[in-house]
Amino acid sequence: MPELKYLLFLGCAIPYRVASYEISARKVAAKLGVELVEMPDYNCCGLPLDPASHDVMLTLAARNLCIAEKQGLNIMTLCPGCAGTLRKVNKMLKEDKHERERVNGLLKEVGLEFKGTIQVKHLMQVLAEDVGLEKIKETVKKPLTKISVAEHNGCHVVRPQKHIGFDDPENPKILKSLIEVTGARCLDYLDETECCGAPVIGVNDKIPLSLARDKLSHMKAVNAQAVITVCPFCHMMFDTNQSRIERMFNETYGMPVLHYPQLLGLAMGFSPEELALKELRVDASKVVSLI
Amino acid sequence: MSEKKETEEKKTEQRTVLKIAEIDPKFKYEVSKILGAEKIMLCFQCGTCTADCPVARFSDSYRPRQILRMAQLGLKDRVLSSDQLWLCAACYTCVDHCPQDVEISSVIRALRNIAVKEGYMPPVFKELAGAILETGLAYKIPELRLKRRQEAGLPALPKADLESVSRLFNQTGFSKLVEKGGNSNART
Repeated sequence: MPELKYLLFLGCAIPYRVASYEISARKVAAKLGVELVEMPDYNCCGLPLDPASHDVMLTLAARNLCIAEKQGLNIMTLCPGCAGTLRKVNKMLKEDKHERERVNGLLKEVGLEFKGTIQVKHLMQVLAEDVGLEKIKETVKKPLTKISVAEHNGCHVVRPQKHIGFDDPENPKILKSLIEVTGARCLDYLDETECCGAPVIGVNDKIPLSLARDKLSHMKAVNAQAVITVCPFCHMMFDTNQSRIERMFNETYGMPVLHYPQLLGLAMGFSPEELALKELRVDASKVVSLI
Repeated sequence: MSEKKETEEKKTEQRTVLKIAEIDPKFKYEVSKILGAEKIMLCFQCGTCTADCPVARFSDSYRPRQILRMAQLGLKDRVLSSDQLWLCAACYTCVDHCPQDVEISSVIRALRNIAVKEGYMPPVFKELAGAILETGLAYKIPELRLKRRQEAGLPALPKADLESVSRLFNQTGFSKLVEKGGNSNART
């Protein structure tokens, strides 16, 4: 088994608005023997600025990769946007000599050089590939056999397939198996692999809110008692924006949205307080009471 | 305006005659030199991208196939100034489904990058850039949040190396684009 020690790349959205994801992830990581080292002087992964300037994205991402290289540690992220960006840039700079030389030319200005010595993984990959389902199962003390949930993967964990190479984007199974290991039932629903729409917020609100509402209605149709996410942006779309969606479409969902580590944490025997469940906008006490 | 008239206008819009003066025949070559957009010429307009696009499902006007065609035809000003260019969610479904292996999302990103150079930058990017220059992160995290981190027993956020971030902004020419984006043609 690989050494379970990573630099934790927190990104921007999680410290800004989604602390409950970080709190619960740190709890379950510790329980699984995953050591998380704080990443020194990191900056935004670069993804938010990619539409404006690809080069600024590349150099911001590469700078983070260089910091990890200096520490001699692989990166783990909680945000799929950060994971996707850092993974893609890492792969591209390792494989494309011309681009590596060009980007290193830009990095020279800040005294860094990309060497290509580390790996980047999202939490889901660390759990599925490095920790393994067997080991996770051993830590489950209170199987959640009474609850049925719907999963929402987060596009950047799996797409584009040729650059990411994790799970099957058309029929993703890994989050499902991670959910099932907790004892909970993971339901199939219509358009399960569709995007939540979050990246469009800020430019246009109606389209992403319609998209998220469509997904919520499909989850409700199969009687899901909660949605499980692994992305701070998907979480904001379904949890933070749920009341907005309800007002906009004059509907009621009341669908709790849990970060995957909150679900796993409950199965491990952590209390809802320890997992910061009270920070969720949509009240999760009903589903928690079934445990 | 009656709904009927709006529909008629849409139809006329779709059938607009292209004027040769509006076309830049070299535009597609300019785009195809950009990383990720190399295969723009391979798009044969099958429409898989639009059919599978989650945003297109809920938008009356966003059609990735159309954006690709406009770029191929050299309708440079029209594509660069269109509001639709900024609606791609970068979910990469089109990239995974394209039978011609065109990275549609990346072509759209390349077009957005050119649009920014031409002065079309939605204000949200100026805000993001400002926050990154000031804090290293895309959002300015309020003091209250930082205090709550401490109360929750979370480690303090590391201090960002703002000098390096600012140098990278200058080195890539992005600082100038941000300054420029504040005035001129920006619309959305």
